[in-house]
Amino acid sequence: MSTETPSQPDTPSPDELRTRIDELEAELADLRSEVEDGPKKMVIIATKGTLDMAYPPLILASTAAAFDYDVTVFHTFWGLEILHEEHASNLKLSSVGNPNMPMPNVVAALPGMDEMTTRMMRKRIADNDVASIEELVQLSLDSGVELQACQMTIDLLGYDEDDFFDGVTVGVGAATAFQEMAEADIQLLV
Amino acid sequence: MSSNIDVTETLDVTGQNCPMPVIKTKGAVDELSPGDVLEVVATDSGSMSDIKGWAESTDGVELVEQVEGDGTYTHYVRKTE
Repeated sequence: MSTETPSQPDTPSPDELRTRIDELEAELADLRSEVEDGPKKMVIIATKGTLDMAYPPLILASTAAAFDYDVTVFHTFWGLEILHEEHASNLKLSSVGNPNMPMPNVVAALPGMDEMTTRMMRKRIADNDVASIEELVQLSLDSGVELQACQMTIDLLGYDEDDFFDGVTVGVGAATAFQEMAEADIQLLV
Repeated sequence: MSSNIDVTETLDVTGQNCPMPVIKTKGAVDELSPGDVLEVVATDSGSMSDIKGWAESTDGVELVEQVEGDGTYTHYVRKTE
């Protein structure tokens, strides 16, 4: 048996290997900078305007901002109520269709019941030192959260762009929201 | 022992509930210089877990200590960068 190493034409030379390593290192650096480029992002789509459903998006948004996330909340349909300067302080809780309410639906459907359950909820919110919706909207804006009001539903519900809190972004649609969601680390529909 | 922590600023968030303690802590830390320690006094029991989690996931801050007692929850957060 010959001890001579058979020639392998496919084996790259050290120079070729060095070039390849350089290329791969450059590619890795590019990928790293892409991944580590800037802060993380969260996008929430807020579609509900009842008192109970207004809280989660605002609490998560302001909290994520404290974690140095870039946060966008896209408000559409009844979610617009949260950003409405007059309506935000007057959001209602529905007493119908909520099995956790201590009353049967047939009673809950009586006139004035939503007002009563809303009053009870507001008292609990105040008694438990929970911030109001307007405070959380302001806090979110102050923390750099981008609060967006969907233009299609502003028109659909007959609102005016001036109806919303100062600092709310209008003139945006589904494509804007989708684009931001595609780039985000966390996407939530509330 | 918390007595040997050199506190730069104290933030009072007593009577405030989630998410306020974390958000106000973040706001107060942003105003400090590296090396400074913020003392946060809260009455929200959830702040024990929340401020710990926030400090662990946020760059440039370090949780020095948390002290529970007498209905208050006191947190010491150092700004590191």
